Amino acid sequence: MRPPRRVEVHTLDTDPRLRPLNDALQAAAIPCAVDARVDLYDLDGDLTPHDLRALADLLASPPLQRAVIDEAPDASAPLPPHALEIAPRPGVTDRPAASLLRAAARLLHRPLRAVARSRRLLLRGDPDAFPQAAAHLHHPLIARAALGAALPSALVLPPPPPAPLAQRIPLRDLDDDALRDLGAARRLALDDAELRAAQRHFRDLGRDPTDLELEMIAQTWSEHCVHKTFKAEINYKKLSNYGEITHQERIDGLLATFIQAATAAAAKPWLRSAFEDNAGRVALCPGWEIAAKVETHNRPSALEPFGGAHTGIGGVVRDILGVSALPIANLDALCFGPLDLPADDLPPGALHPRRVRQGVLAGIADYGNTLGVPTVAGAILYDPGYVANPLVFCGCLGVLPEGAHPRRPQPGDWIVALGAATGRDGLRGATFSSLELGEDAARHSGGAVQIGDPLEERLVIDAVLAARDAGLYTAITDCGAGGFSSAIGELAAGLGAEIELDAAPLKYAGLAPWEIWLSESQERMVLAVPPDAWDALEDVAARCGTQAVRLGRLCDHGRLILRSQGQRVGDLALDFLHHGLPRRRLEATWRPPTPTPLTPPPEPAWADDLLRLLASPDGASREGVLRRFDHEVQGGTLGRPLVGAASAGPGDGVVLLPLPLQDLPDAPGVAVGLGLNPRYGALDPWRMALAAVDEAARNVVATGADPDHLSLLDNFCWGNPTLPDRLGALVECARGCRDGALAYQAPFISGKDSLNNEHLTAQGERRAIPGTVLITAVAAHPHPARAVEAAFQADGGRIYLLGETFDELGGAAWAHLHGQGRAGEAPLLRPGALRAARALHQAMRAGLVQACHDCAEGGAAVALAELCLSGDRGAHVRLDLAYAAPDLPPHALLFSESLSRYLIEVAPDDAPAFEALLCGLPLACIGEVGGRSLRIDLRDATALDLDVDSLRDAFQRGPDGPCEVQVNNQPGSFQYES
Amino acid sequence: MRPRVLILHAPGTNRAVAAARACALAGGAPEVVSVEALLRGTREVREFQMMVLPGGFTYGDDLGAGRLWGEALRAGLGGELAGFVAAERPILGICNGFQALMAAGLLPGDGEAAGLAANASGRFECRWVELEPEPGSRSIFLRGLSGPIGCPVAHGEGRLVASSSAVAGWSSRGQIALRYRVPAGAKNVYPHNPNGSIENIAALTDDTGLVMGLMPHPEDAVTPAQRPAARRRAAGRLGLALFEQAMAWARRRV
Repeated sequence: MRPPRRVEVHTLDTDPRLRPLNDALQAAAIPCAVDARVDLYDLDGDLTPHDLRALADLLASPPLQRAVIDEAPDASAPLPPHALEIAPRPGVTDRPAASLLRAAARLLHRPLRAVARSRRLLLRGDPDAFPQAAAHLHHPLIARAALGAALPSALVLPPPPPAPLAQRIPLRDLDDDALRDLGAARRLALDDAELRAAQRHFRDLGRDPTDLELEMIAQTWSEHCVHKTFKAEINYKKLSNYGEITHQERIDGLLATFIQAATAAAAKPWLRSAFEDNAGRVALCPGWEIAAKVETHNRPSALEPFGGAHTGIGGVVRDILGVSALPIANLDALCFGPLDLPADDLPPGALHPRRVRQGVLAGIADYGNTLGVPTVAGAILYDPGYVANPLVFCGCLGVLPEGAHPRRPQPGDWIVALGAATGRDGLRGATFSSLELGEDAARHSGGAVQIGDPLEERLVIDAVLAARDAGLYTAITDCGAGGFSSAIGELAAGLGAEIELDAAPLKYAGLAPWEIWLSESQERMVLAVPPDAWDALEDVAARCGTQAVRLGRLCDHGRLILRSQGQRVGDLALDFLHHGLPRRRLEATWRPPTPTPLTPPPEPAWADDLLRLLASPDGASREGVLRRFDHEVQGGTLGRPLVGAASAGPGDGVVLLPLPLQDLPDAPGVAVGLGLNPRYGALDPWRMALAAVDEAARNVVATGADPDHLSLLDNFCWGNPTLPDRLGALVECARGCRDGALAYQAPFISGKDSLNNEHLTAQGERRAIPGTVLITAVAAHPHPARAVEAAFQADGGRIYLLGETFDELGGAAWAHLHGQGRAGEAPLLRPGALRAARALHQAMRAGLVQACHDCAEGGAAVALAELCLSGDRGAHVRLDLAYAAPDLPPHALLFSESLSRYLIEVAPDDAPAFEALLCGLPLACIGEVGGRSLRIDLRDATALDLDVDSLRDAFQRGPDGPCEVQVNNQPGSFQYES
Repeated sequence: MRPRVLILHAPGTNRAVAAARACALAGGAPEVVSVEALLRGTREVREFQMMVLPGGFTYGDDLGAGRLWGEALRAGLGGELAGFVAAERPILGICNGFQALMAAGLLPGDGEAAGLAANASGRFECRWVELEPEPGSRSIFLRGLSGPIGCPVAHGEGRLVASSSAVAGWSSRGQIALRYRVPAGAKNVYPHNPNGSIENIAALTDDTGLVMGLMPHPEDAVTPAQRPAARRRAAGRLGLALFEQAMAWARRRV
């Protein structure tokens, strides 16, 4: 047999694909750069010279690329010292290789045996820095690399060992210490009581569990899958800041007490499904429903930012697919460490925030763009508390015809796996994500990294929607955390199932039965398919370019029975799996910090403060990020994330007209907005949650969405809940979510929590992230084509400020600017928020509002500046006219972050009608649109007067601002060899 | 009579529905057909009066954008496509479809080496652009159209690269169809030209004028509401105009 051959693809001219790599090297102050990239394809097959030439022509397209044909190296061989070779590790999804395999079969009319892909980067600069650059340019979890030497081709690496059989775990005889050791060794993430409950179960059965059974119990009982903290009974004590108990209560589960209670109280007739399925659902209009889900993918993103964010999007899109909906929009909210963090301050085992940010943004862009789902809404926050534990929230909205989501699986239905094959990737993700990150996290969790393939997911979307429309399944769920174990465990609940694990298509040989069962390989769905629909379903999958296989059948015996290689490798009672978990009893204590008054700076410099807030990493433009995300695909993004005259200003919420509704007359749209402000949480987690609900609601109301058709999603990211202080803050936060939702009479329709976001420092100190809640608001929009923008529209427009301003700068952007982040009082949600939102909505429906922007971080001054720079128009306002106490200090008028406030532009002719509609509300006309500068007066003095261009320049200076590139595209500018 | 339009779908196509909608709004009768069905012969291109290759990431764009789709068209349907054009039936390739037409050799069709490379910014670019029809273009999609024509772009590999002589040849034969509109006095062609394409060329046609490829997405600019709010009062057409011209052409030949 011939040795594998290699096609090298050299790119001529300057290769812009190197730009991001070189930007990253530069940002990390590594004194070298990548000069060129060579793509290497190793081919194993009976290839004639003619075949090789044909494949080379396919791989290299003139005039930019040139192919060189060679032999694939079977051992490491020396290369020049500036050559860095990088290849995916065995088992890591290699999409280009798989694509080439398929293409070659078509092109040559016979298949290749195998294809492997790698790349060679040629470096220039300081040779002493090459090893550092090499470390920066690949990730050891997913890639192997060699500097100055050729990597042996993956095609000559030894094959994996044969698949092991299921092992019995001697569980019954273990004492408590040995039980704990077993839990730690297998990283089961179960506490003593839970391990003992599992042990008792097998003692009762009179046998020991298999490794698969034990792993399945750990997965099913993981925090990630069963939310045991949110269901735990909590003994809660509230202390004064002197430490006396001022309040004590027994909380019968956070989820029931605070989240589901708000949903029940709202009692909305349009609610379709909350907290019981893969995603929440609400009715949008007759015949159509909206589905929504937000997830977190924090730990995978901390370890491998691209893959973590990539599969975070992939996973939440499958949640939407898991309620039979077409995905119509992706959302993301990201919390990173500061980008200017000195390298010495980086905790051991953590990646630098710059690297995390770069990988996460690339991952979100690649997955969403490839799927053809617009990425429309997001938030980015930089704070030292997220250095070791970055947060990556991934959300998705979907649309489905009313009644199109079946949930009636029957005994006898086939259990069908649809989509990608199963590998070892992402093993134990569910339990891993319930553990803390430490220095050795990366080492222990090799398998926890998931590698996505958005092309495969696109095919799965096509197949699921075609199957839905043909009525080919009776139930569907996605494979997320816990893989088949979780998906089939849920699907079979109340029924039972028998599974042949050998039927699962594998990416490569050598997987143990428990690995197949627990693998979190991406792009897989599980369906219950009636026997008479199987042929049609198999055909749909094949037509869409993916595959469906029958793993087993649903039964009515209440057991989950698994076989592999002729052995029974698992036999568990579903009732024990789903109800055998002992309920946790937890202690929680909340002691508010001692209040510190805010000291205003002695020499006010309001103009300078405003420019610095606009240029701050949290306050500055996100244009450079948003343009990397396709936010236009599907043609329904009518209220865009970038607004105003130059489509460069920050929007509040986004308004979508879902694709299937685009040709319906008078179809409503859907608006989505986010609320996130963890800085308030350090002062008061209850107020943080109130503020997040209010901000999310404001963001959709400001676009013209209906405040009476508002749904909420909650996502908590918190520290270790078994520590009473962490849990006490979480109790307060959950209570704030309820109180905020009640104030808007809005139901929670879905939520998710990510706990144990803590890490151990090199000194062994335990650190938690700032307790963080993200609230997502989803609302019906009556006129998506008339979405209101946060940009001044016309000179002469009247500017109104709706809502009352208080001295509420605790945790505010301005307080942080002056180094007083923990001083002052965080904003409070007061009665009347919904009444104001309703009145504003009536004015919008009546067409009386030209522009609207909510006051958020940076208060009224920043909101005014954004309205000006977005609209490319000046304004003259008197903030002392705002509805506020007469003695409110200037810094509060300018920068207080009081809630439920909106800045509104109204045409002069419409002003009387507008004022009549908002009669009785805290409303003040504070000025007029016009000129080329923003001038803010306070009583008799001018606080600041800034040119619109200077506002824009400051705003665009941040790390996420617009991309700058000088382009020379004149004739003859392009150089290549002829 | 509504001309029948084949919306060609390959694994990874993600804009077929929007392309079909644009054709329907322009007066056509679109149908999404998979490339597999054509390759297997269960459907035939000659059932249709027009063809659209919509956007997406066919076959994952793994070996270069549009490369594998183009190869499948060249290897499997080369004759059928040549016959389609010979029968004066238009083909429009949008974004990934343009990349595929280039890879298949249908564009620029003059044997010149030209390609669509990574954007000059090194990034995916999503933004609204304005396009100017090239005076003297042969493209049947632009007959009588004046600019500007507004629509979004969304791609990572759309920088048209070619030698000066190739560009001169296209210009003399009327093969340049659309250019990105760069305002007079702009210091930099970016971002008006979002990818750095040579001489701001956004669309090419073949020498018959029947095959056109472009990187922007005219199918996502078919109703006034799809324009960014600040541009709604501005003059100019929407991407829909291209489909209307094609439908007018096809209707005369039905």
